[in-house]
Amino acid sequence: MAMSKTRKASLLAIPLVAGLLGCEPPPVEVEQYHARGVGMEGVTNVRDIPERLAANQVPESPPPAAPGMPPVTAVYQNIQVVGHLDLGSFTRLMAGVTSWVSPDAGCTYCHVGANFADDGKYTKNVARRMLQMTAEINSQWKEHVGDTGVTCYTCHRGMPVPANYWHAPADPRMARGPVGGMPGQNAPNPQIGLASLPNDVFSAYLLRDDGIRLQSKQALPSGNRASIKKAEWTYGFMMHFSTALGVNCTFCHNSRAFSPWEASTPERVRAWHGIQMVRSINNDYMEPLSAIFPENRVGPQGDTYKINCATCHQGVNKPLLGVSMLADWPSLAAPAPGPPWNLPVDEPTSDPDPEADGGAEDVEVTLESDAGAEEAAEEPSEDARRDLARSEAVEPDSVIR
Amino acid sequence: MAEYQNLFTRVQVRGPMHGGLPLPEDSWPRDLAPRASYLFGLIGEFQIGPIVLGWTGLASLLCGFIAIEIIGLNMWASVNWDPVEFVRQLPWLALEPPPPSYGLRLPPLNDGGWWLMAGFFLTASILLWWTRLYQRARAHGLGTHVAWAFAAAIWLYLVLGFIRPVLMGSWGEAVPFGIFPHLDWTAAFSIRYGNLFYNPFHMLSIVFLYGSTLLFAMHGGTIIATGRYGGERELEQVTHRGTAAERSMLFWRWTMGFNATMESIHRWAWWFAVLCPLTGGIGILLTGTVVDNWFLWGMKHGLVPAYPEFVPPVLDPLTTGGN
Repeated sequence: MAMSKTRKASLLAIPLVAGLLGCEPPPVEVEQYHARGVGMEGVTNVRDIPERLAANQVPESPPPAAPGMPPVTAVYQNIQVVGHLDLGSFTRLMAGVTSWVSPDAGCTYCHVGANFADDGKYTKNVARRMLQMTAEINSQWKEHVGDTGVTCYTCHRGMPVPANYWHAPADPRMARGPVGGMPGQNAPNPQIGLASLPNDVFSAYLLRDDGIRLQSKQALPSGNRASIKKAEWTYGFMMHFSTALGVNCTFCHNSRAFSPWEASTPERVRAWHGIQMVRSINNDYMEPLSAIFPENRVGPQGDTYKINCATCHQGVNKPLLGVSMLADWPSLAAPAPGPPWNLPVDEPTSDPDPEADGGAEDVEVTLESDAGAEEAAEEPSEDARRDLARSEAVEPDSVIR
Repeated sequence: MAEYQNLFTRVQVRGPMHGGLPLPEDSWPRDLAPRASYLFGLIGEFQIGPIVLGWTGLASLLCGFIAIEIIGLNMWASVNWDPVEFVRQLPWLALEPPPPSYGLRLPPLNDGGWWLMAGFFLTASILLWWTRLYQRARAHGLGTHVAWAFAAAIWLYLVLGFIRPVLMGSWGEAVPFGIFPHLDWTAAFSIRYGNLFYNPFHMLSIVFLYGSTLLFAMHGGTIIATGRYGGERELEQVTHRGTAAERSMLFWRWTMGFNATMESIHRWAWWFAVLCPLTGGIGILLTGTVVDNWFLWGMKHGLVPAYPEFVPPVLDPLTTGGN
């Protein structure tokens, strides 16, 4: 009886305390990651679990393609990135991609209905790059994706545009005349856990490499000039990790010492490769697509939507709960042999089906805005640059306006 | 009908308001004619006013008002002067110090200049208020303990916003004005400097913080518990047998073998309260200036317990030729 009284009292008290601290309200599920008693454990809100399970189920795969079919190039024209497949695997793959990416608009989301070989829709070239990207992730980034690998469905989940993406913010400073300057932070952003930390951590770490590490390797000052503001950038990025994967800091780190690798979990190494992977994909695959995406598919600065951790993970530490679809889709495991196909320049752009995903207007991208996007991608944002180091590291003249 | 009057009493005996002793010739007049408030009477003395504002008080309020205007209007401007968004996003909004790249130079207004200005007026306001506390205590023939306790808090405030940034050579090291932003700043500060919990002065500060709450609970509880014997009138009782004062002291002696005296309990409380920001300020001041990574400092000095390592060991992918 005494126990139940205590429990009642704590049930009343804990929501109050947790509410104040912004923690997960009970009941929670605690998973131990490391030796007992060292506090390295994951806390999950049990009320979220059914929703997260339901949102991360893999669709059923069709039966394997019948063997002995002729090469696809013998039957169809203008096959650029999957010409090494036979007709059966090709047809099966096209059907799979359609069900994962554009189940509503169907084949004509990418193909001109009258002539599937026509390259008239920009989405077809995007899809080609995405197929190449998928093969690269599965073959070159095993340190992150393992043998589980990824398919289109890992990100798309039946939508032409994955639910989670990012682009450069409209005006990171949001400056309005002489007052109210917001140095890229202090506006609630769900992608960084609604913290008041810098918002555009993605440009800093998932496009550029502004340096995530900041703690000193020596106890006493030894020339580490990283500022507290820089710590806020790293912290904001880590909040994105936590939010995107639905995990605590302790999934990767021992929170008593964030930086030493020997105190961290093996997951931190996997996450490190994930950062390299996402940065590489954004630079090699996503950012160049800014040139062919219509205006309703790019951010206010003309840069295309890019990926971050949440694009695949969607709230769980293993996308699709670690179930591998790749085993059923061998054609996505490795790139086509031979020289890789490249994005053609001066592609005409047209939105295939504006109604299918939000009814945005079909607008051609002009050359000027392309140039602007390139510039935005290469130049570190002024805020990031100024915050990432103290005065010594940045030319003072370059920042005074 | 007899009703016992305690510290929190429902009985408010109203008579002519007490305006205070006559003031010396050259002094600033007392403002705010005395009046009675039933609601204030529920939590303390029901008489409101008069107040000796003095020029320090007036200047302090003015500076404080200017500081809060600068902070508030910048926050409001940052949501494009939208009153609804201002209220909705208020916990996130902030007036940030200059970016670190400015060092200690004067930045443009909208790039930390407003922060410097708000900091100046807030500091002026606080120091003027301290002067007022000191002067009022002297004018009443009291010790200046309250002023010095307040000075301990001002010390921590100045270390965070002025002394440490100056020593580090960058205003960007200072704390933003904002609700969540200053909390996130605190966490970022600890992360940058390798976990503040291994800072021994931070430890002391926590001891005095929690110690203060413990002492406050013990003392407050004791006085209220002896209220039925007039425990709040301790000085009249302290030399007599069977009084609230003696009972409260015997309560603690017989509970834990030792008791503070009616005077020393207040010294305990004052020192615990004062040492909390005093040690905390020292801890902040040493961070980044003298120690750069408190966890590693703790390792060096045997503060850090060893945890079992992962097998196989986790290695930095940069040193192992990662992709």
